Amino acid sequence: MATKASRSAARLMMAPAVILLLGWMLVPLIMTLWFSFRVYLPLRGGDQGWAGFDNYIRFVTSSAFWPSVQTTLIIVIGVLAITVIFGILIALLLDQPIWGQGVVRILVIAPFFVMPTVSALVWKNMFMDPVNGLFSHLWRFFGAEPVSWLSDASLPSIIMIVSWQWLPFATLILLTAVQSLDSEQLEAAEMDGAPWHKRFWFLVLPHLSRAITIVILIQTIFLLAIFAEIFVTTGGAFGTRTLSYLIFQRVLESQNVGLGSAGGVYAIILANIVAIFLMRIVGKNLD
Amino acid sequence: MGQIELKQVTKSFGDVQVIPPLDLTIHDGEFTVFVGPSGCGKSTLLRLIAGLEDISSGHIEIDGKDATDLVPAKRGLAMVFQSYALYPHMSVRKNIAFPLRMAKMDPAEIDRRVNAAAEVLNLADYIDRRPGQLSGGQRQRVAIGRAIVREPSAFLFDEPLSNLDAALRVGMRMEISELHKKLKTTMVYVTHDQVEAMTMADKIVVLQAGVIEQVGSPLELYRRPRNTFVAGFIGSPKMNLIGGEEAAKHDAATIGIRPEHIDVVESDGMWQGSVGVAEHLGSDTFFHIHNTGLTETITVRAIGDINLTHGDTIHLNPRMHELHRFDAQGLRID
Amino acid sequence: MARSVTPRRKLLNTTAAWAIGLLIFFPILWTILTSFKTEAQAIAAPPIFLGFDWTLENYRVVLERSDYARFLWNSIIIAGLSTLIGVAIAVPAAWSMAFVPSKRTKDILLWMLSTKMLPAVGVLYPIYLLFIQLGLLDSRAGLVVVLMLINLPIIVWMLYTYFKEIPGEILEAARMDGATLPQELLYVLTPMAIPGIASTMLLNFILAWNEAFWTLNLTAVNAAPLTAFIASYSSPEGLFFAKLSAASTMAIAPILILGWFSQKQLVRGLTFGAVK
Ligand SMILES: Nc1ncnc2c1ncn2[C@@H]1O[C@H](COP(=O)(O)OP(=O)(O)OP(=O)(O)O)[C@@H](O)[C@H]1O
Ligand SMILES: [Mg+2]
Repeated sequence: MATKASRSAARLMMAPAVILLLGWMLVPLIMTLWFSFRVYLPLRGGDQGWAGFDNYIRFVTSSAFWPSVQTTLIIVIGVLAITVIFGILIALLLDQPIWGQGVVRILVIAPFFVMPTVSALVWKNMFMDPVNGLFSHLWRFFGAEPVSWLSDASLPSIIMIVSWQWLPFATLILLTAVQSLDSEQLEAAEMDGAPWHKRFWFLVLPHLSRAITIVILIQTIFLLAIFAEIFVTTGGAFGTRTLSYLIFQRVLESQNVGLGSAGGVYAIILANIVAIFLMRIVGKNLD
Repeated sequence: MGQIELKQVTKSFGDVQVIPPLDLTIHDGEFTVFVGPSGCGKSTLLRLIAGLEDISSGHIEIDGKDATDLVPAKRGLAMVFQSYALYPHMSVRKNIAFPLRMAKMDPAEIDRRVNAAAEVLNLADYIDRRPGQLSGGQRQRVAIGRAIVREPSAFLFDEPLSNLDAALRVGMRMEISELHKKLKTTMVYVTHDQVEAMTMADKIVVLQAGVIEQVGSPLELYRRPRNTFVAGFIGSPKMNLIGGEEAAKHDAATIGIRPEHIDVVESDGMWQGSVGVAEHLGSDTFFHIHNTGLTETITVRAIGDINLTHGDTIHLNPRMHELHRFDAQGLRID
Repeated sequence: MARSVTPRRKLLNTTAAWAIGLLIFFPILWTILTSFKTEAQAIAAPPIFLGFDWTLENYRVVLERSDYARFLWNSIIIAGLSTLIGVAIAVPAAWSMAFVPSKRTKDILLWMLSTKMLPAVGVLYPIYLLFIQLGLLDSRAGLVVVLMLINLPIIVWMLYTYFKEIPGEILEAARMDGATLPQELLYVLTPMAIPGIASTMLLNFILAWNEAFWTLNLTAVNAAPLTAFIASYSSPEGLFFAKLSAASTMAIAPILILGWFSQKQLVRGLTFGAVK
């Protein structure tokens, strides 16, 4: 399947996708780079000339920078850990013969359908509200003092909300992988007297490694970009300001495009580091 | 019409030359079989003819016209793939009609041709089924049906029978041969099974590592193999190839004698040895004989009803006029 | 994996699985239930589970307060068109990668995926400016383009993994049978890949439907989809739990129903074609 004709056809057919994505990547990237070297305040005089590396220096030396990187990493890693671990456990459970498997599966998938703005609002108000939220009722029922989740335990709360949204995805991928596990192999191990934790560690987990890689890759892509969950719940307050959110505030709230763009460049660099790292693993793990 | 000519055709994948310069003419109406061991480039050669791969250099002519740069569709050839390559989402009827539909043929004519093909290939009973609901043999027939409706100038087959079980294979082999007799269209057939080659071909092309070792009719190859490779490849069981002193006696580097050209005698044979494995097929018996004083194990075909078993001593007499002699390069000495 | 178990064990597993399933589903269930309560019952302590006065009042108020139909229509148009256009662009690209692979195929694929990692905020302002220049701000067309672009890598990737399952010989057969490239794609590849394409479209429709960065930042009134509709409840008015629930239910219902009806394709799609 490779003639000159088919190869040139292939190039032609790939062109629209490649050109569009190249444009989508390069045009804003170059503009961002440009702005990052300008003093650019749209509401206070617009473009006021060359700034050199001032924006870059200001952005990293601002007290908000490192905490925001830290927050970003905590959220990403926390959500990944929760979804992968619980995903594996639930997948193993759902793989067992149970009554009503189809219905249970639908129940488990459902959060994925819920748009982030809705899930953030529902969690924030109906569950985490310190006065009327369901959690506060529950706490009071057990005689405990209700927690102001989104101010006192803001990061865990956000991690929990986001994990709830992504758990279905992780579970489903892992379930598919578990189902493709060769049962004869497991039975053989069982016959050989391998205890369950050894079977899990030496047979099941290695088999799931590819699926886990994919879960991590795809989720990281989306988690680095979470926005609505923070926008709607804390608005970046109480230590929930991720790098993305910090930049968003600089650009839209303080209308300092130069500074925000410098932040954007940092975020792009960070994303690329993560990307290169992930692509290495995935590239190896894909076929 | 259906004459295919390859002129100095080569094919490389990257730096690896799979087909060194090769010349070959396939005449109109001929049943030509490419045969050779796995990986020798049979499929590649067929795909070059089909236009599914570009040749790296050289020319391909079909019916005297240069077809080197023609796309597959324009070459007027039809191909039957090893995996059948049926369209799984179409019924048998639609599968067979597909090439005609692509040719924008009149629907009535399409119907007529599809029905005719179904008739010839006994497809009528399952014409409305999907390929997934058919057995291997039936799928094979559909694939052939799809090829014949176009009335191509030549058919290309790439190991079409290798996915069938032994009994079905023999049946399909005959059907394809019959089809060739009926249609009288050029057929190019790839196989690694020399029995298929011998039984079906008008002309056999023996390939090794992309090089044509010999071209000829089945009997020509059987009687006068051009070199030790062809000698060993054509014929079943394999020709005994013997080197060393025994060959030197005949002024050759290697001598060859087919198992069916060695007689088992009571005593005083030219060779004497002990029976190793004895394969009793009923009609024939094949003995593998050790300790003849030759370095090679000798295979012999004897009558079916013979009472020798493992360990017995056996006396052999090769028929000297059936002896093949080869020089140090492995080429035949006449 | 482990197949035959004792009935006791099965009962135990079933109970555990249902418990977890219901726990995960509970927030959605609770939202739907609350949407039928009165505001007082919605915040009653202790919470009322089922024994409340079912009312449609909240839905009436929400519908009165905002033009739900317009938001819904915008969501459908934006998610639908961006998915359709994305698939139309991705099918040929995925065909190339799956059936005419070269040394660079995998690199291109990974590069496409990596464009998804570009932080949206990093390029928000440039896009914003471009949109103003091109008059695309708060237009459905602009959002269709943006959402198509951000989902394109995933569409290409998913289609690629589905196409790779299809034996190349079948496409070669079509070529021998005289099909031109467009015919090969239209009559052979696409019908064979329908399940994969359906899953891809479904998943991307959902991703586009739920996208909440660009849809919030590039729209105001005219093109605002349901994500914006619901975001307007993040103001203190959101404290009216029953109305918030009604609005939430209305925002997620179309997708929930869609998901319910197409579970099989969705499950396939949700694995992004990455796991068989
Ligand atoms: N697309 C390709 N890229 C690189 N090498 C290839 C390609 N196709 C075939 N080859 C190589 O060319 C040689 C000939 O392959 P070909 O498929 O023609 O063999 P064959 O004679 O048909 O074997 P078989 O009987 O196993 O089908 C092999 O060594 C194979 O590895
Ligand atoms: Mg082959």
